Parts: sequence; C-alpha cells; structure tokens
Amino acid sequence: MVSVNTNGISEALIQVRGLNKTYRRGGEQIQVLQGLNLDVDKGDFVAFMGPSGSGKTTLLNLLGGLDVPTSGTVSVAGDEITHMSSGRLTDWRARHVGFVFQMYNLVPVLTAYQNVELPLLLTRLSRSARREHVQTALAIVGLRDRAHHFPRQLSGGQEQRVAIARAIVSDPTFLLCDEPTGDLDRKSADEIMALIEELVAQHGKTVLMVTHDPLVATRAHTILHLEKGALVEGKARQSVGTGGAA
Amino acid sequence: MKYLALILANLFRKKIRLLLTLASFAVALFLFAFLAVVRDAFNRGGDVANASRMVTINRVSIIQPLPLSYRDKILRIPGVQLVTHDNWFGAVYQDEKNFFPQFAIDTENQLKVFPEFVVPDDQWNAFLKDRQGAVVGAATAKRFGWKIGDRIPLKTTIYGGASAWEFNLDGIYHGKRLQDDESQFWFQWDYFEERVPQHFKGQVGWYTVKLDSPDDAVRVSKAIDAEFANSPNETKTETESAFAASWVKQFGNIQALIVSIGTVVFFTLLLVTGNTMAISVRERTGELAVLKAIGFKDGTILFFVLAEALAIALVGGLLGLAFAYFVAIPLLGAALNGLLPNLILDKSMLSAGVGFALLVGACAGLLPGIGAMRLRVVEAFRRI
Repeated sequence: MVSVNTNGISEALIQVRGLNKTYRRGGEQIQVLQGLNLDVDKGDFVAFMGPSGSGKTTLLNLLGGLDVPTSGTVSVAGDEITHMSSGRLTDWRARHVGFVFQMYNLVPVLTAYQNVELPLLLTRLSRSARREHVQTALAIVGLRDRAHHFPRQLSGGQEQRVAIARAIVSDPTFLLCDEPTGDLDRKSADEIMALIEELVAQHGKTVLMVTHDPLVATRAHTILHLEKGALVEGKARQSVGTGGAA
Repeated sequence: MKYLALILANLFRKKIRLLLTLASFAVALFLFAFLAVVRDAFNRGGDVANASRMVTINRVSIIQPLPLSYRDKILRIPGVQLVTHDNWFGAVYQDEKNFFPQFAIDTENQLKVFPEFVVPDDQWNAFLKDRQGAVVGAATAKRFGWKIGDRIPLKTTIYGGASAWEFNLDGIYHGKRLQDDESQFWFQWDYFEERVPQHFKGQVGWYTVKLDSPDDAVRVSKAIDAEFANSPNETKTETESAFAASWVKQFGNIQALIVSIGTVVFFTLLLVTGNTMAISVRERTGELAVLKAIGFKDGTILFFVLAEALAIALVGGLLGLAFAYFVAIPLLGAALNGLLPNLILDKSMLSAGVGFALLVGACAGLLPGIGAMRLRVVEAFRRI
C-alpha cells in the first residue's frame, strides 16, 4: 500500500517524513522538495511522474541514499538513513538498493557476467556462490546465453536487462529505476516493463520508478505526481491504489 | 583477488594509451638505470678505495712525475708500512679504439699494497722472471681473447718510439670483489725504465702508500708533503678515496649532472603519467559514480586508481630496467672499451629503480585517485 499523506508511525517498508531538499544555484535558493511524506509497503510498484525539474530524480536519489535531505527523514526497513555517515550509507546501499539507470551505465570493458557480478564483489560470497547468483540473475532477465558478451555487443534493451540483473543480483530490499525505458524503443520498453512487472509479481520486489512516459507509468501499481515539490496521488492501475492510509 | 578482473579490464581499456604510458615509464627507468650505472662507475674509485692507502702525486698535476728517490724518503716516515709506484703508459693495442689502462708497476710491492687483486702464484712467478712479462685483468684478456703465452704489442702515445713495445702475457689477475677493476695491464717498471727516453728515467707517475693504520692518514699525509715542501717537486698526498673523488671531478660534477637529469626525468614522467591517469579517471566518471552508487567505498575507488597507476609503473619500470640490464649497459661497456671500470647494475640499483617507478606511479595515481574518491555520485550523474 502506498500513501502520501501519512506523517505518523507506520509499518511501511519505506517511510518518508517531512522531506525537504533545497539547492542553492547562484545566489538563489531553490526548494525542490517541500515537506514530503510517503509510505511504500513491501512489494509495491510506484511510478513517479512530473515535469522536468519537479524533483523526481532528487527524490529517487534521497530514497537511494545517494543524496542527503535538507531536512526530514527517510527510513527503510527500520533503518533511518538520513543521518548515516557516508561509509555506513555506502554499506547500506550495497545491501538494500538496486539501481537501474536510463543510460544503463554498464562498465563497457566488462562482460555482462562481470557487470552483474560487481555488487557481489562487495560481499563475502565465494567465487562459485557468486557464479550461481549471477547466472540466476541473468536467467531471470533472459540473458544467460549472453553472459560473456560485452555491452557493445548487446542491444539497448539487452543492456538494460543486464543493468536490471546487476540491480537484483544481491537481492536488495528495493529497486530504484530512473527512466528505465527512456533510451529504448517502444518494443524494448515494453519488454523491460514486463520484466520489472515480473520482478514485482513473481519475486516480490519493491520498485520505485521515475518516468516521463505515461504508458510506462500505467504499468505501476501506483502513480504519484510531483508538482511544485509535493506529491500528488495519481490514477492507480490496480486496486492496490493509493491513499489507503491517508 | 576478486577485483583483479576489473583492474585489468580498466588497464587494457585504451591499449595504445597503455602502451605509450608503459613506454614512457620504460624509457625513464632505462635512463635512471643508465645514469646510475655511469655515476657508480665514476665513483667506483671511492667505493673500492682502501682506508689504509694513500696516493702521493706531484702538487702541480698528476701528469707531472715525481722522482723515484722519494720512495725511500716516504718509507722512512713513521706510520708508513709500504710504498709502491706506478707510471701511466697510455698505449693502445693495434688500433686507437682499443684503449685500456696500462701501468708500469713496482713488482715487489704491487700485490702487497693491492691485495684485492689475485694472480695465481705460478703466473706471478713467471711474470717476475720475465722482463717483458705482463699481467692483465680478466676483463681485458676476455675482451681481446688473450691467453697466457700470447705476445702483445702495444703502441704508446706518450713515450714515443716508432716500434711497438712487446710484452709476453704471463698472468691474468682477478678482483676479489665484483667492483674491482679487471681492465688493467701491468708490466715491470724495470722494463719501462730501460726503454723510455732519457728525460723520463728515474721518475714515477705517483706513489701509493700503505699505512700501518688508517688513523695515521692525516698525520702521514702532512708529513709526506712537508718532507718535500719547497723542493722542485712538491707533493700532494691524500687518501685513496679522496684521490678517486678528485679524479672524477676532472670530468666535471658528474653527480650534479646525473641528479639534474634524473630530477627532470622524474618530474616529466610524473606530469605525463599524472595527466594520463587524470584523463583516464575523468572519462570514467560515470562508471565510478555507478560503482559508488552500488556500494563500492571511497577507499576501494582510490585503490582501483592507484592499483592501475602502480601496475603501469611496475611493468613499464621493469621493462626499462630489463632493457638497461640485458642490452644497453653491456653495449655501453663494449663501446667504452674499458674507459670506465666495470659497469654494474647491481641489486641495490635495481631495487632503487623499482622503488622510483612505484613512487612515480603512486604520485601520479594519487591526485586522480583522490578526485575519484571524493566524486559525489549525484553530481557525477548530473554531468553524464
């Protein structure tokens, strides 16, 4: 269940309370996020939409522990991440967050297998255990036969699948997808969205996604619009809907 | 090492650039080794000098001779154990390019004053009995393919005469230590005295004095020079190491020259590799940001950059040192024809070379590495 109006205690996986983010550009202060509240339960699939500069990516960065808020808190599975040190936050990201970027951001000199293996290098898994995990992740995204291909030998859609495999290989608590279909044609975008839906439906993943594309957004359980730094509930695709806790 | 694949993949990312960077390290380390060997060769005299030995030369110049009569006077000075004398012969073998040092020696005291040179007894005895006999260092014997019994004609450029001086090779000496000079050619001073023109007779090039104790050096040197003060041939006596150092100074300040060149090489290399590493890190900003986003710590990112820089430095450095060791220095030794004693690239120089390469690698990788370490993921994603 997703809620944007909660400001009390809840059991949600992700809890955002009074989140503010202000940037200083030149002499001007720009308030990107204003007192934002959000609850996301485990297994939810949320799409954030909004015009350019509305703060979608900023919100994603704050949820992923890549940036720190001006004020407010973000808690994930009971861990309040906004006051963690840089080192602890890095460890936390490795354990809890899977990132999927618009431009895939694969390491071009590594094969698909090696790219997917990267997050596992931070764990104490043995080489054989890592191999097992990587092969499973590549199988889920349907690219087991392309394991030893370099990114330049793959299509855009396949590259994004590798990026998704990299994001899920360490079984993170949730996935953050920043315009995952933004650089793909419609067919490939459909395939990627089908894959993300499968991750949510069959593997119980929690996904928070930023997109400009209304068609892509409709694949999510919940659509939230960012307008002038505040979250506004949109139309839900399924009955899971929004505002349950409002 | 689980990060090896990532480090290697990044190293080979731009093969031409990698090759050029390796080459710049190889050239620099080759130069380093080459200069170190030449410097060492020039300073070898000081290194092999015996603390109990002193050299007495004419105060005007080593080119000016000293009377043979000084020998007994020096020997009477308290603290002097032995005195031997030498004359520089300055001849060539067959061709002017075949130069090597030759000395007319005092056969009675040569091996007592210079115990680091070893000649088999039978060869030395044969030499003593042969007025035209000669003993040559193993390096020179090898260079010209000489063997015991060979007749060796040498043409002197100092003592005149149309015909060559002929010698019988009676012995081959070896040095006890690696750094001992095995390029000299010795022959009997009596034979020299017999054949030189009249105005050279009764004169020696310099005296080598063996002391009872190195502690007597200052007192004895003052006593020797005082003994011949105000004579037509005043002397200058100094320890063997000081003599070797002043000999080197004749060629200019080799040490300063080599240090200057070395410093220029160091900073040039630092700039080249530092710039290469900086470009390499800058073009990978997005990838480094992704690595940090998925959980790689700042220290690990710094480690990646430093590991690359150090690997390039080590491999390039070893290539340069290997080229110097196996190719350039043997070629230089052959080209110099014994003008300098043994050119040795020893373990300490090799270690210093590897250390130098790693130092440059670490310096070159440090700044870009720190930049990568401090990279803010959000800003990096905004830039790409």
